[in-house]
Amino acid sequence: MNVKDVVERLSLNVFSATEALDREVTGGYASDLLSDVMGHAQEGHIWITLQTHKNIMAVASLKDLAAIVLVKGFEPDKDTMELSVKEGIPVLGTKMQAFELAGKLYEMLK
Amino acid sequence: MNLEFKVEGGDFTLAGNASSQIKKMLKQLNIDPKIVKRVVIALYEAEVNIVAHAYRGIITAEIDPHGVRLKLEDEGPGIPDIEKAMTPGFSTASEQVREMGFGAGMGLPNISENADDFRIESEVGKGTTLYINYNF
Repeated sequence: MNVKDVVERLSLNVFSATEALDREVTGGYASDLLSDVMGHAQEGHIWITLQTHKNIMAVASLKDLAAIVLVKGFEPDKDTMELSVKEGIPVLGTKMQAFELAGKLYEMLK
Repeated sequence: MNLEFKVEGGDFTLAGNASSQIKKMLKQLNIDPKIVKRVVIALYEAEVNIVAHAYRGIITAEIDPHGVRLKLEDEGPGIPDIEKAMTPGFSTASEQVREMGFGAGMGLPNISENADDFRIESEVGKGTTLYINYNF
């Protein structure tokens, strides 16, 4: 499954890096602590968070994550979107809260 | 091969830049991806620590056929009790840093878990130096 499939099935917004939606998704990780994600997310994961600042892109890039989804209607900062384009890692969004999104994503990926 | 990067304390907009450059270099050198992943985790945590706690620092990475040696030397407040600082969950990070999702007291434990060899030297009022090593 790739990021585009996830976007379509869960009706997610795409804030940035539309051209990179073909990235392969291997799983997901939900956390707002950057060290937790650094230590435990895996390559190809979709990261569910409410953090919107550009450091999330540094983490996503260093960990080779597939995409980031911002929950509860949060929107990425401008420089987060710029870095998302540069790194080719999409930032997505949803009105859902993390629990609901994680549940749906888990069902899709298990 | 030796790489050197300067890191400014307090500047979160550039946090992770040095880690990203070193990661690219390790990939170009075809270093085992398992080692690259561990280096990246430890290095990013250590880089963020300089940004979050110190005034400035220098990161050097030495890569040779035997392994990777990282040294992160900062000018900063130093660590009065290293054992306490290593305790998972213990943090002295500011409220502002915590709101960004940093400073959860996971940094040094993450470094320790992802290093073959990890050593801290610190002098209160002067600064802290981390040595993080990997053997091929």
